This record gives sequence, structure tokens and C-alpha cells, in this order.
Amino acid sequence: MKISTFFYTIQQGFKNLFRNKWYSLASIATISACLFLFGIFYAIVANFQYMVKGAEENICVTVFFEDGITDTRIEEIGKMIRNRTEVSEVVYISAEEAWEDYQKIYFGDRAEEFIAGYPTNPLYRDMNYVVYLSDVSMQDTLVTYLYSIEGVRLVRYSALTASTLSGVNLLIGYVSLGIIVVLLAVSVFLISNTVTIGISVRREEINIMKYIGATDFFVRAPFVLEGMLIGLIGAAIPLWVVHYFYGSVLDYAAEKFSMLSHLLKFLPAETIFGFLTPVCLGVGVGIGFMGSISTVRKHLHV
Amino acid sequence: MRRREAIRKQQAKFIEENGVICLDNVSKSYSTGSPALNGISLKVHRGEFVFIVGDSGSGKSTLIKLLLRELVASSGQVNVMGKDMAKLRRREIPKLRRNLGVVFQDFRLLNDRNVYENVAFAQRIIEVPGREIRRNVPAILATVGLAGKYKAKTTQLSGGEQQRVALARALINNPSILLADEPTGNLDPKNSWDIMKLLEEINEAGTTVVVVTHNREIVNAMQKRVVTMKKGVIISDEEEGAYIDDED
Repeated sequence: MKISTFFYTIQQGFKNLFRNKWYSLASIATISACLFLFGIFYAIVANFQYMVKGAEENICVTVFFEDGITDTRIEEIGKMIRNRTEVSEVVYISAEEAWEDYQKIYFGDRAEEFIAGYPTNPLYRDMNYVVYLSDVSMQDTLVTYLYSIEGVRLVRYSALTASTLSGVNLLIGYVSLGIIVVLLAVSVFLISNTVTIGISVRREEINIMKYIGATDFFVRAPFVLEGMLIGLIGAAIPLWVVHYFYGSVLDYAAEKFSMLSHLLKFLPAETIFGFLTPVCLGVGVGIGFMGSISTVRKHLHV
Repeated sequence: MRRREAIRKQQAKFIEENGVICLDNVSKSYSTGSPALNGISLKVHRGEFVFIVGDSGSGKSTLIKLLLRELVASSGQVNVMGKDMAKLRRREIPKLRRNLGVVFQDFRLLNDRNVYENVAFAQRIIEVPGREIRRNVPAILATVGLAGKYKAKTTQLSGGEQQRVALARALINNPSILLADEPTGNLDPKNSWDIMKLLEEINEAGTTVVVVTHNREIVNAMQKRVVTMKKGVIISDEEEGAYIDDED
């Protein structure tokens, strides 16, 4: 192919966008609407999962020791727990620290007044390990293991919270996967249909080109480029819109719900768009490419 | 290279002996109904001007489609420019069509482009350099009498002018054969005569011209070879012939 033909093809691809402006607008609008819905849904689901994950990270198991246990044994137990894959962090709380925490929580500002009634540390046997989990669904396995360790007296945990969070996480995973697949399938169908209709109405144009001796490549290339451009623009618009709204929602939440900041933790825009940008551009350009190439092929047999 | 040269010589010899268009006992049947063409044989030599006439359903359009390799014959042999159409590979079809200028009744112009772009398109597909295109297009537009209208949109032109654009597009690559399928079908008598005169001039310049038409007046006045078709067969083929009335 001559370089002039290459540039002519590119020029025609761009010109086609404007020659068929209503079709181009309809296609871009369809792609934008589909990918906008997809983007919004993904942003919501990703943040919801992020928040659930955050809640999971605060779930912990507390391990208490038998009376008379040595410090060496406590350290050994600590090492054994740290070696578990489902454990993300282990914090040792001495009996003194446990008593101080208790005072803070239950006595507050009147601590000095109350502790007068306790000449010695009433929690002298309550030094413990606070164990944070990397995977909440493994809590039962960990608890069984902890009870099997020699020197462990008691393991405190909340079975209900862990199983609820674990269930919610799983449910979100399945539902979001299902909805994303359906949304993507609908997008692919709608977009390829729009591209197909747009090119089908130009069947006559393709026929004329073929009658006067144009090769398949010469006929197809501008249409394919046009389809890809429509896909690219159709994907870029919702990405920009979702990015703008996402930033606005984050700013609004930070301003109006600052007291809930420990609960409402949003994913940074970079994380959301690190996934959304390549997926949306890929879907837009990919469908534009595939839709136009397959539709033009149908009309090339002249 | 040698093989290609040998093939070229073989084709030249075939054209010399059998003409640029040669149909030998050609039949074409569609999946439904009676055959569109039934064992026709026809030779058109280089530089000839031939009218193909006949009523609707006589097989004229099928014949043109076979020559353009839009269809393949069910039996028999179709040769265009020495090439057997049945053996032509798909990727060779564009090359064949560049040797055949085609003009249709409904003009078939690219309506979203102007006159210049419509004609230039035929040169772009054979990758003629832009400089030459800018020289050739105005020249051919002048030949068909549209020198001043190169910027006009095709939809702004009259039927006669649109057909001239189609003619310019068909001629710009200097085709060996010009196929005109009812070129005056949508034109008034004056424009019809203008187009026919142009076709005659093109023929006098050496291009083989095959015109499918219903226009009795033109056929009778021009005194050219007339091939008459009826129900898929050639019923008459006369030099300086006339339009034969259907007496069915």
C-alpha cells in the first residue's frame, strides 16, 4: 500500500464520522450510555466491596492464656499464630495494658476515683494476643487451631459478625459479577447493533466502490477506522463524566459526612479508573472494530 | 515473471481470436424459476459498439452481472479481456473491474461527495498519485462537459449531469470496455441523446462499448450492432441492426 493511500484511508475514516453525523452521534450516544452505566455500577460495587473489606480488617480474635504460663511460652504461641496464612497482624496486650484500656473505656475521666477500689490489677491474668485476620471466612479454622495450642485458655471472637461480613462479601462478588457480565453483554449487543445498522444503510456506497474496482481492504479500512473512532469517543465521554462525578461525590462526602469518615472510606479515583479506563476503551474500540469489520464483510460480496 | 508474460500473451491471442468479451454456450439459473440465460454465445471484438436489447426478464441484467463477475455462470464459459470468469479468484475481481467502466441507470454516485471526489475515487483505488489525479479529473470532466461543476454535490445535479459524472468516473482509468446498463433510462430525450453521443465519441476513441437499453429510438437511429434477447436466449444479432418488436 502506498503511503498516500494510507493517509487517504485515515482521512476518509475521519470524514465518514462527519458525513454520517446522525449515525455517528447515535452510535456514540449508545456506546456512551452503556459504558456510563457500566462505569457507575463498577464504581459503586468496587467501593462497597472496599468498605466491607475495611470492616473485615477490624474483625479480630482475642487469645487468653492459662494461669502460670511463662513469657517464653507466650512468645512461642505468638510466633505460631503469626505463621498462619489467615492472620494479618498479631498484637500483644500485657495485663497492665489491658487494665489501662479497660479504665479508659469504662471509667473515662473518673478513672482515678474508681481505681482507688482496686489496689492490684484485677486483669492480672488477662494478657492476650489480639489477632487480625486477612480472610474473615477463615475465622472458624483459626479458632479451632488456637484452642489446640497448649497454654491457650480462652479464645474470644464474634462468629456472627465474621460470617455476616463473609456472606455479604461473597454475595456482592457474585451479584456484581453477574450484573457486570449482563451490562457488558447488553453493551456489546447494543453497540454492535448500532454499528451494524449504520453500515447497512451504506450498503449502496460499498456496492458502488466494489463495482468500480475497489479492493476489499480499500472499502473496509475507512469503515473500520470510523467504527473504532466512534468506539473511542463513545468510551472516552462516559469515562470523563464518571471521573468528574466520582471526584465530586468524594469531595461532597468528605465535606458533609466527615464524622463518618471511618466508615465511608472510598477508593481513590486512580484505583477505580486504573481498571475502568482500559476496560471501557477496550470495549468501545474493540466493538467498533469487530462490529464494523463483520458488517462490512457481509456487503463486500458484490 | 516468464509465466506471467506467457499468460499475458495467451490472453492477447485469445482476445485477438475471440474478442474482448466471449460467451460460449452460457447458462445461468437462479435457485427459483426458469433459467435467466439459456445457452447463449456472444463475441464482442475490440472497438465495437454493441446494443443489447430485450424486454424485462430477457436476461440482459444477468448478462451484465456475469461480465462484471458479480455472478458466475451455471454452465458454459464467460471470458472478459481473455480471462475466464469462472477461474478468476476473488482478489482478482477488483483488477478486472478496473478494466471495465460501468454506468448504471440510477447513476450510482457517492452522494455524500462532490463531483470531483466521485471521479477521483476511481483513480484513488488504483493508487494514482495525487498530482496526477488533480490533472486527470478536470480533463475528464471537461470531456463530459462538466468542467465548471467539479465542486457541486451530485444531488444538486440534473439526471443528465449525474450520468455524465458516472461516465467520467467510468472513463478516467481508460477502461478497455465500457458497460452501460440502461444509461438513458432515467433521462429525458435530449439528455439521452447527449449521453449516447458521448458514448459514441468514447467508442470512436477506441473503447469497446456495450449498451443495454430499452430505447428503441436511439437504437434504430444509431445503426450499430444490435443483439436482441428474449427469455434468456439471443434471438437476433445484427450489424447495423434495429430494435425488434416483441410479438408475443
